[in-house]
Amino acid sequence: MKCSEFLSELTSYLDGVLDEKTKVELENHLSWCHNCYVVCDTTKKTIEIYRDSQLYELPEDLRSRLRSAIMTKCQQQKRRGPQSV
Amino acid sequence: MGAIQNKLAGPVSEELTLVQAAKRGDDSAFEELVRRYDRNVFRIAQHITQNREDAEDVVQEAFLKAYGNLSQFQEQSKFYTWLVRIAVNEALMKLRRRKPERTVSLDEDIKTEDDSLPREIADWSPNPEQQYTQAELREILSKTIQGLPPGFRTVFVLRDVEGLSTEETASALDLSVPAVKSRLLRARLQLRERLGRYFQRREPGNGKSGSKGGDVKTDVASGDGNL
Repeated sequence: MKCSEFLSELTSYLDGVLDEKTKVELENHLSWCHNCYVVCDTTKKTIEIYRDSQLYELPEDLRSRLRSAIMTKCQQQKRRGPQSV
Repeated sequence: MGAIQNKLAGPVSEELTLVQAAKRGDDSAFEELVRRYDRNVFRIAQHITQNREDAEDVVQEAFLKAYGNLSQFQEQSKFYTWLVRIAVNEALMKLRRRKPERTVSLDEDIKTEDDSLPREIADWSPNPEQQYTQAELREILSKTIQGLPPGFRTVFVLRDVEGLSTEETASALDLSVPAVKSRLLRARLQLRERLGRYFQRREPGNGKSGSKGGDVKTDVASGDGNL
């Protein structure tokens, strides 16, 4: 496997959806190609850091306010009857 | 090195029971759906709009639209995927209003593959995120993802942050599966490249100040989104 081929399979590899044969070839490539190993490892870390970051968490007080506003508007909409929204 | 584990939404059968009850007019069932997905919709909306007030509006508008159109929901897909589709459209509309001078579309012509090819190969510190305080880290992550085109960051957020499958992401965004895969790869590689500036392993005495990769305060304060 060449480095360019590794790159085109990287997303499928990280998502765990590669067929067994390609996965073995890719891992064999990673065992000797340090650059591709680093790219793979740091891409995986990138995903994990974002996934675990709790970026843009909705604070509980705002959450309650939003929910209550949504339900009030839904009920108003119901009273007005069916219409295009 | 293994595959990434995704967060999954709650059980689909429970979701369907709630949707069917809400369709029959049970508002407490709909409220439960709001409770279940409001945080996800808010995150997605803020990632797309990069503005908290807009994200709050999107949460309200998306749920209100879902409520008003519930009878049209066919139950062939997950309610959550349908809701995300509504929320993404609302968020893109906000973004267009805010940045009318720029075309904002998920179909925008995104540059060739070359911009995503790895240029920086240096390894990262073992636990790079621990070099920064939580607040600094959030600033870095927020500014970094903000620098991606909306079409890239939306795919990344749905797939990697919210844990939708490739097929669900394609359906929510009206994109083909190959288009989602291609954008996801490029988004992941571009974010990796940009984060490397902060997270790279530094050799002692190389002229950089301290052990940190970049100067967060200066970079973040500059606010040019061009990390």
